[in-house]
Amino acid sequence: MRRMISVLGVFLILTTSVMAQEARMTLGSGAHPVLIRSTTDFAIIRPALDRFLDLNPDLSITYEQWNSNPLYAKSKSSCAGTDAPADVVFSSAVQQMVDLVNAACAYRYRSDLTASLPPSRRWRDELWGLTEEPAVIIYNRDLIDPADVPRDRFALLDLMRREPEMLRGKIATYDIEMSGLGYLFAYSDSLEATTFGALLEGFARTDAVATCCSAEIINGVADGTYALAYNVLGSYVANEVHPTVGLILPEDYTLFLSRGFMIPKRAQNPQGAMRLLDFLLSPEGQAQIAQAGLTFPQDAGDTGLIPSARRFITLSPSLLVPLDAQKLDRFSDFWSSNFVSPAALQ
Amino acid sequence: MSERMRSRPAMSLQSRVLRIVIAILLLGGLLVGVTAWVNGQQAARDAYDRILIGAASDIAESVRIIDGQAVVDLPVSAFELLAQAPDDRVSYAVRGPGGALITGFEDAEFHPTQNPRGQASPFFDSTMHGEPARFVEVTRRFAERDFSGSVRISVGQTLRARQVMAFDLMLDAMVPILAAGLVLLLTSYFAIRAAVRPLDTIAANLRDRDPYDLTPIPTDNVPSEVEVMLSAMNRFMGRLDRQMGVMRNLISDTAHQLRTPVAAIRVQAESILSAPDAEPSRRTVDRLVTRTRTLGRLLDQLLSRAMVIHRTDNLPRTVVDLRDIALEVLEQRDHEVLSPGNDVQLVIGEDPICVLADPFSLAQAAGNLLSNAMTHGRAPIRIGVGQTAGTAHLWIADAGDGPPPEIAAKLGRRFERSSTSGEDSRGLGMSIVYAVATAFDGRIDMARNDDGFRITMVFPLVQNTGEFDA
Repeated sequence: MRRMISVLGVFLILTTSVMAQEARMTLGSGAHPVLIRSTTDFAIIRPALDRFLDLNPDLSITYEQWNSNPLYAKSKSSCAGTDAPADVVFSSAVQQMVDLVNAACAYRYRSDLTASLPPSRRWRDELWGLTEEPAVIIYNRDLIDPADVPRDRFALLDLMRREPEMLRGKIATYDIEMSGLGYLFAYSDSLEATTFGALLEGFARTDAVATCCSAEIINGVADGTYALAYNVLGSYVANEVHPTVGLILPEDYTLFLSRGFMIPKRAQNPQGAMRLLDFLLSPEGQAQIAQAGLTFPQDAGDTGLIPSARRFITLSPSLLVPLDAQKLDRFSDFWSSNFVSPAALQ
Repeated sequence: MSERMRSRPAMSLQSRVLRIVIAILLLGGLLVGVTAWVNGQQAARDAYDRILIGAASDIAESVRIIDGQAVVDLPVSAFELLAQAPDDRVSYAVRGPGGALITGFEDAEFHPTQNPRGQASPFFDSTMHGEPARFVEVTRRFAERDFSGSVRISVGQTLRARQVMAFDLMLDAMVPILAAGLVLLLTSYFAIRAAVRPLDTIAANLRDRDPYDLTPIPTDNVPSEVEVMLSAMNRFMGRLDRQMGVMRNLISDTAHQLRTPVAAIRVQAESILSAPDAEPSRRTVDRLVTRTRTLGRLLDQLLSRAMVIHRTDNLPRTVVDLRDIALEVLEQRDHEVLSPGNDVQLVIGEDPICVLADPFSLAQAAGNLLSNAMTHGRAPIRIGVGQTAGTAHLWIADAGDGPPPEIAAKLGRRFERSSTSGEDSRGLGMSIVYAVATAFDGRIDMARNDDGFRITMVFPLVQNTGEFDA
C-alpha cells in the first residue's frame, strides 16, 4: 500500500504543472454544507446540483473540482485521518474509487434507488456508478477526409499506416500518468484486444501526443491542433458544440464508463450526501444527468453501435489490478516508451 | 355457566394433536436449521476457499524472475475469480525472500506461522480493515542462477459472500421442511376430522332418539377404536333396557296383584261399618286380619322379587356354599310362624357344595320353596343339599303329592295366580324361584315318587378351591 502511495507521489511530482484543485465553488445557502470533491466539470453538473438544492433548501454545496490522481491521493489521506474529509467523492477514475472502497474508506448506504442499480454499477453498497459515458474517437472534419474517418480501431491503424506524415504530431490522447481516467481507458484497452499494442506502435510512429484533460484535447481537435483524438470521454464532446468535431463510437468495441459516487467514511454530513445520491439516482436526477450529457444518447455518434460492442467497465475488485504497483510501473514504462510529452515537442 | 366452565379444560383432540405436531415441527425445524447452517457454512467455506487458493495460484504462476528480480504481472483472471464473491473486499501481497514486499498491499496478512509448509491447511482467518476475512498463503520456490528462494503470495477476502451462501443454503434446506410441516399439519387436521366424524354421527343419533328408545346404535362403518366405545354403550343401554323392563313389570305386577286383595279388604271393612249391629263378629275381624297379613306377605314377595331380579342382574356372583343357604333358610325359622309344630329336617353332607351365585337371591328362592312345602305339602318336610356329576342340588321334599300337573306346568310365570291359588303368594314365590334358577344358569326339577314330592334347584357345580369358605 505504501508502495502504491509512493508511486503516486512520483506522479504528483511529475504533474506539478497541473493544479491539484482546479476550482472551488459554493452553491446555495442552507445551514448544512455538503462538500463534493469531483473530477466532473462544474458547469456540466451544476444544473443538477441547483435542482437538488431547490428541493433541499436546508443544504448548501461546496464543489471542489479536482484532477483524478490528486483527488485519489487527497481521499486516501483524508481516509487515514490526516486530511479533511469530503462528504462526496465523485470521480471518473473508478479504479481509484474501488481501491478506496476496498481500503474501507467508504460509507455504506442502501436505498431502493441504489438497490435498483445493475450489479455492474454498484459495489458493496459503498460505490455507485451514476453515469454511462463512452470512450470515443473524435476527429476534425476539416482535416480528415470523410472517406478516411476510422469507424473502428482497425481503420485507425490502417489510417496511421497509410498517412503517417499527415497525422504526425496530430493524434492526441490522455496522458495516463496524469489522468487516472486515461490510464483506466488504456488499461481496459489492453485487456480488451491485441489491437492495443499495435495502436501504441502506431501512436509512436506518428509521434502522437499524450496530454491532459478533456477540454484541452477537444479544443485542440476543434481548432485543428490535433486531427484526431483517441479515447476521449464522449460526454464532454457532446456537451460542447463544435461543428468541426466529429465523434466515433468505435464499432469493434466501445468502452463505457460509469462515474463513481462514494461517501467517505469520515464524511461530516453523510445524510446530505445520501440525499444527493438518491436525488441523482431518482428519475428526475437521472434526467438531469442525461441532460448534462453524462448518459450518452444511443444515436449521438457518427456510427451505429451494436449492443455487443458495448463494454462496460464494471465496478468490481478486478479494478484493483490496474492499481497494482508493478502493473503500473510496467504499463507506464511501456506507455512512455511510445509517447512524447507535449513539453518535449515544444 | 359454572358447569360450562368446569367442563371446559378438556382440550380438543384436534388441538392436542396439532400442538404435538407443531412442537415436533419446531424442534425438527430448529435441528434442521442448525444443521443446515453448520453445513452451509462448511460448504461456503470450502467453495470460497477454493476460489481463494485458485486466485493465489494464479498470482503465483505470474511471478517471473527478470534480471534477478521477482516480477509480478498481476493476472486479471485472479481478480475475476475473487469477484465471484462480488461484494467482498480483497487483499493480496507478494513477498520475496526476507519478507520484502514485491507488490500488493503492505497490510495484507501472512500466515501467522512462518512455515506454512508443515501446516495442514494454507488457510487462516484474520481481519481486513476491521472486517473478518479469510486468507490463503501460497509459496513458490525459485532456484534460478540469479534468484534463489521462495516467494510467498497471500490473498485474502472478506466473508460477506460466504455468509450469504451459507444463509441461502440454510434457507434452501428449510423450505422443504416448512412445506413438509404444512402438509403434516393439514394432513393431521383432516385425519382427525375424519376420525372424529363417527362420533358426530353417534351424537346426532343419540340426540334425535326417542327418550325411551334404548335399541343399540348401529356399528356399521365405524372405526374399531370407536366401536369399542359404542359396543360398551350398547351393552349399557341393553342393561338399562332390561332394568326398565323389570321396573315396568314390577309396577304392573304390583298393581295387578294388589288390586284384588286391597278391594277385598276394603269391602270387608266397609261391610263391618255398615253392619246393623255395632259389634263386628269375631269371624269377620279374623278374616280381615288374615287378609291383611296375606297382603303384607304378598307385598314382601313382590319387593323381594324385584330385589332378586335387580341383584341377579347387577351384582357380581360369588362362590356360595349351598349348605350355608339351607342352614340360613332354616334359621330364619319361617316355618315356625307358618305352621308351628311342624319340624323340618336338614339333610346335608360334610363337604361344601359350591355354586357361583348371589347368596341373598338363593336364600329368597330356597325360602319360598320351603314356605310352599310347609303351606301346601305334608310332613315330614326335608331340606337338603347334594351333588351329582357336575351339578349342585338344593332340594325340598315333603310327603305330599305336590301341585297338580296342570298347575305345575304353569308355575314360574309371572301372573300365575289362578283362582285356586287363593290370596296367598305361591305363584309369585315360584316365579322368584324360576328367575333365580335361570339367572345363575340353573333349572328347576320336580319329581314325584312313593315318598312324596321333591322340588330341586340345580346349578353348575363349582370346585371350591378352598381359598375362602363362603
